Amino acid sequence: MEKRRSIYLDYAATTPLDSRVLSVMMPFFQEHFGNPSSIHIYGQRAEAALENSREIIARYMQCSPEEVIFTSCGSESDNLALRGVALAERQRRGANHILISPVEHHAVSRTAEQLAAYFGFELEYIPVDSSGIVSPEEVNKRLRPTTAIVSVIYANNEIGSLNPIAEIGEICRMQGVPFHTDAVQAAAYLPLDVNALNVDCLSIGAHKFYGPKGVGALFVRKATPMIPILTGGGQEFGFRAGTSNIPYIVGMAEAFRLAQEERNARIAYLTPLRDKLIHSVLETIPEVQLSGHPTNRLPNHASFVFRHVDGNALIAALDARGFCCSSGSACKTGNPEPSEVLTHIGFSPDWALGSLRVTLGIHTQPEDVHDFLATLPSVVETLRKTTTH
Amino acid sequence: MAGEERTVLVAMSGGVDSSVAAALLKQQGYQPIGVMLRLWSPHGESAYNRCCSPHSMNLARKVASILDIPFYVLDVQTKFHQIVVHEAFTQGYLSGLTPNPCLTCNRHIRWGFLFQYKQVLGAQWFATGHYARIDRDANGSPILKKAFDETKDQSYVLHVLNQELLQWTLFPIGHLRKEEVRTIAASLGLPVAQRKDSQDLCFLGNQDYRQFLTANVSEEIKPGAIISTDGKILGVHQGLPFYTIGQRKGLNIPSSRPFYVIRKDVQNNILIVGERCALDRHELLIENMNWISSKTPQNPFYAHIKIRYTSPAYPGEAIPLPDGRVRVKFEQPVSAVTPGQAAVLYQGDVCLGGGTIGANEEV
Repeated sequence: MEKRRSIYLDYAATTPLDSRVLSVMMPFFQEHFGNPSSIHIYGQRAEAALENSREIIARYMQCSPEEVIFTSCGSESDNLALRGVALAERQRRGANHILISPVEHHAVSRTAEQLAAYFGFELEYIPVDSSGIVSPEEVNKRLRPTTAIVSVIYANNEIGSLNPIAEIGEICRMQGVPFHTDAVQAAAYLPLDVNALNVDCLSIGAHKFYGPKGVGALFVRKATPMIPILTGGGQEFGFRAGTSNIPYIVGMAEAFRLAQEERNARIAYLTPLRDKLIHSVLETIPEVQLSGHPTNRLPNHASFVFRHVDGNALIAALDARGFCCSSGSACKTGNPEPSEVLTHIGFSPDWALGSLRVTLGIHTQPEDVHDFLATLPSVVETLRKTTTH
Repeated sequence: MAGEERTVLVAMSGGVDSSVAAALLKQQGYQPIGVMLRLWSPHGESAYNRCCSPHSMNLARKVASILDIPFYVLDVQTKFHQIVVHEAFTQGYLSGLTPNPCLTCNRHIRWGFLFQYKQVLGAQWFATGHYARIDRDANGSPILKKAFDETKDQSYVLHVLNQELLQWTLFPIGHLRKEEVRTIAASLGLPVAQRKDSQDLCFLGNQDYRQFLTANVSEEIKPGAIISTDGKILGVHQGLPFYTIGQRKGLNIPSSRPFYVIRKDVQNNILIVGERCALDRHELLIENMNWISSKTPQNPFYAHIKIRYTSPAYPGEAIPLPDGRVRVKFEQPVSAVTPGQAAVLYQGDVCLGGGTIGANEEV
């Protein structure tokens, strides 16, 4: 039987491991398998690898190594920042107000909702414009002396829009309020100089930039009040207990280094492909809109809404033709709830349910985009004729 | 698209029948694409339609992964609720019928929507795990036949199909017995080999249909008189939709002999009851007749007629009427002919088609 060809256009969901990354990871599974907490030579080698990785990440973030906490993923980093800082700030100065944008990843929004529902915090949302972008002025209006933490996503995962993190950070700093940004999507393409960004906490996850799944990091500026949410041994300066996952941490550091070193080349390669994709879709398909900002967005990220199209059915139909994309409302159980992000930026359900996210990566070929653009219009047309509603 | 002539959309439910259907197609060299329909169910504790509960969905996904075939879930809740639950089921009961919503689902959802949807997934064929067979006549036109295992035959609920649909439909397990299907599933290591057959209507959850109607349209259901076939008032009914033709239990009529529901007079909200022999019918009228061959016979012919999913096929004469309806005259009287159910005609093991049993105003 012929094997289905598959073109991967879902790099915002995850990326394949870079083979250069894999090769630096390999020795740490079997040869240098030690626990960095051990005193003996195995432990020493592991610890050296751990601290070397921390230094690499700190160098590109322009921070000191002690400000980098390794975690198991971007979501854990978000959880640690929100919960760890909010609880510490309440203990320290009675702060009980949390300010987030309505277009946060669930790792932030669900954590903030839980802090409100179970821990007595007051949760407030900062309005966004129709591109899903937060205005610093709106943050300024809502900051209170009792604000425990502000969190605004750097680059949105669903619609790709970029937020003015440095300006928001500056406002928070003037008020003395800790500011966190989820940079999980941004890390692959944007500079992460934490001083230029004026952030106190910043989350990343390795698998979004050709590193392994199951490892992430949180930058925490020195003297930011924070308690651990995973308690136990004193690893990670007491902020995150658990035996360090050395091969994955080593892999993340190398992937991060490559992403930063090759950033300009990757951006230069992907931006024209992205723009071709966006323009072609908007020109060839009726009743379609771009979601998110047309230019102030991730260089590999195109997202659309198609009126009167079932987004899940669209993903299935594209997959059957060998194109692997995702949808803002993507849900493997087929339950169509319009995405909160799309609803929040003003799309009605008949648009928001028909969302499509196409994200490119370093392995994407111009022919892939060409083939995709040759296929999409007829698929959308067929779907509209075969409506489920 | 290359390979389309061997690509088949398989309706998968997470049950053993559709799982084995997909497995057999794969063995036969087709490229199956598994699709589960997300159907409607009432909100509340049993918020999942039985046909697509999280458990069923996980099992179907697992089977697809074992078979190494793609699997998708498609949402048709809005359409299913409107056409099957509201129009066919609820409105059917309110108008005095005893509807069979599975027929409506087959006609409008499975073969109405999903069959059309196969082109969206680039498939030419459509397959289900029904127990029925498709054969070809001398001209190569498809004919629908009973399953090899007559105790499992589902041709009754497939009588709504036509030539265009049967042309591109496959029933991969129609030639098998249930035990054989289970054996195949077990030999392939499919985790569904011992799953129980489904009963009851998928969207009812754990409630019976009366509870469902009470919860949804109680304001349209009113108590009324129970009257005997000879005109005596015997009691009070709780609302006509709660009764079905031939029902004996729950009438609460004090009497030495059992009474049966004979007829519903919807216009006057009266339930007519009588002795068992009053249920006997010598004939019935089929409305909305679908001839699977697409050719309407001109002359009366001898056939066997099923009047319920579980009824025997009774011998009788089928008389096509000029207005498209079909009059059926049974050889022997038949009990509990129920308006709203389907009457389906057979000759031998060939299913000729069927339609809805019309409201019976005699008595």
